[in-house]
Amino acid sequence: MSVMTYREAVARGLREEMRRDKNVYILGEEVGVWGGAYAVTRGFLDEFGPERVRDTPIAEMAIAGCAIGSAMMGMKPVAELMTINFAILALDQIGNHAAKLHHMFNGQITCPIVVRTAAGWGQLAATHSQSLEVWFAHLPGLKVVMPGTPADACGLIKAAIRDPDPVVFIENSKLYNRKDEVPDAEYLLPIGKSDIKRRGRHITLVSWGRMIHETLDAAEQLKAEGVEAEVIDLRTLRPLDFEPVAASVRKTNRAVIVEEGWLSFGVGAELAARIQEECFDHLDAPVGRVAALEVPLPYSKPLEAMCIPGAPQIIAAAKKTLYRG
Amino acid sequence: MLLDSHTARAWYRQMRLIRVFEERAAQEYAKGHIGGFCHLYIGQEAVAVGAFAALQPQDHIITHYREHGHAIARGMDINGVMAELFGKATGVTGGRGGSMHLVDKDLHFWGGHAIVGGHLPIATGIAFGLKQQGGDGVVLCIFGDGASNIGMFHESLNLAAVWKLPVIFLCENNRYGMGTAVARASAVTNIRDKAQAYNIPGTDVDGQDPEAVYETMQNAVSHARAGKGPVLVEAETYRFVGHSMGDPERYRTKEERKEWQDHGDPINRFRRSLEERAIVTAEEFAGMDAEVDQQVEAAARFAHESPFPAGETLHRHIYVESAGGQP
Ligand SMILES: Cc1ncc(C[n+]2csc(CCOP(=O)(O)OP(=O)(O)O)c2C)c(N)n1
Ligand SMILES: [Mg+2]
Repeated sequence: MSVMTYREAVARGLREEMRRDKNVYILGEEVGVWGGAYAVTRGFLDEFGPERVRDTPIAEMAIAGCAIGSAMMGMKPVAELMTINFAILALDQIGNHAAKLHHMFNGQITCPIVVRTAAGWGQLAATHSQSLEVWFAHLPGLKVVMPGTPADACGLIKAAIRDPDPVVFIENSKLYNRKDEVPDAEYLLPIGKSDIKRRGRHITLVSWGRMIHETLDAAEQLKAEGVEAEVIDLRTLRPLDFEPVAASVRKTNRAVIVEEGWLSFGVGAELAARIQEECFDHLDAPVGRVAALEVPLPYSKPLEAMCIPGAPQIIAAAKKTLYRG
Repeated sequence: MLLDSHTARAWYRQMRLIRVFEERAAQEYAKGHIGGFCHLYIGQEAVAVGAFAALQPQDHIITHYREHGHAIARGMDINGVMAELFGKATGVTGGRGGSMHLVDKDLHFWGGHAIVGGHLPIATGIAFGLKQQGGDGVVLCIFGDGASNIGMFHESLNLAAVWKLPVIFLCENNRYGMGTAVARASAVTNIRDKAQAYNIPGTDVDGQDPEAVYETMQNAVSHARAGKGPVLVEAETYRFVGHSMGDPERYRTKEERKEWQDHGDPINRFRRSLEERAIVTAEEFAGMDAEVDQQVEAAARFAHESPFPAGETLHRHIYVESAGGQP
């Protein structure tokens, strides 16, 4: 095991895959000379050269489209869309094209692209602070991966690159400096597998992406109060690996879903529906949900701090679900 | 150009005000009083001052996120702008928008916008509104060289041209979009030449010279005001500082930047030219410099002393309140 940052873990996965397969190439704004707006691809231009590390114009639609077309030709593009707020400018290419080609053309065409993008916030105001994973997770034909730890990021970026389908890989600007252990040997994780990050028997907490850390913090604090929470990290939103969630809820009889995005029509809404469909007879309390306040995020620090939940809100929701004061 | 002393002093003072304001913003950022993205305009001041001098009160402005200079040139209250950067209740959006989203509807300043290219289509709509409603106002839409490569630029120029909308598209070509030099991202390196694709006039101007910018913009504004449709103006300029705060600037040499700072500083150049032409005296410059310093000091004090917005305000204006304010 080596300790590395989330940034280094993504970079390691990318680098290994680029060394392994000449068809893997990176394109996006500022990925080359700058080294990536969040410095993930720093040094890549020197190692792989400008043919495989391509700075693009500011043109999200063309970046995604070029990835798609070259993937149809057998390349393995990793398109970086600087943040998820700008990724939605490419939603036509990703949603109307990448997600559709294989099925609509009856399997004749494949589209093995990876779109890397970053969610996150931090006094960036309404247009630059969004958690929009559900926009992508809604679309059949796409795979949506959202790792929260360095090891998961390393293992899943490699799997995403090898995957034959279009994968949207969502990082988080607030995770890049977070450190943890990553196995030294080559490390691949399957897409579509959730992970039990902590075992417990009183309540099931489900999360993904950055919020997994707030959830784990909450679980640790709950332990001091005698509550053993099980924490499930979905890691992939589509295809959703629901069975571990169902198995956990059948054991604990209680669930709280924790997300960074807005409550209404979010991933948590889908999960809550699935839990009541599949675990109705096992539930001892309504499924709890913790999510962002339903407002566009403001710039001002104290206002922004009110919008995104953390461990205190998760603990409160868990206690409510446990009928504890 | 024949510049009277009153105008010359006003322009110099405004350029200096933008510069000193932003130098102060950089200091406050370093101390943690300002957060998030903060894109400084240092080096480009002559574009704002020359361009806004060619506008009338009935005209409208929409711009991008590097807009402190645009806001100040339009006469936005600098106390409110500094307080906005601090995220305070007294800021021009009450702390909601921050540096990238300055707004003042009374000044017809329809916002800084931070999605690259996102405001160009909106500029066509403002111009369409003006045209349909029969006023003689025009729209000034400002963006960078990098923004001229995104689809929205092309869709907007085409629509504005087909419908002969009164809008001036002003591209501040500061040579880079983040770290990407123009020639690395644009097949046409003279941004003004992109006007040819839409059969509208395209001109360029020395963006370090407020008099030249003013004259070029006067022509562009007259063209649009006369109902002849849109114009693309390219102001050639240079950003003396990083893209935002904390830019390692690996994409350009120190020598290149120094060359511009030494020989292309718009404020020094204008001052020297006014001195040579004996339009403004040394005492007048000294007086203005002192006034500007005090004004910025007062703005910083105002921002420091202002309260943060109250938590309850967060839920206001998600929907129009006279309509109930709720979804
Ligand atoms: C659609 C979109 N893509 C990417 C970004 C990130 N970004 C912010 S500013 C910028 C560069 C813009 O360059 P230019 O238009 O030349 O303006 P300048 O910053 O030089 O004034 C980029 C890529 C963004 N804000 N919006
Ligand atoms: Mg630029």
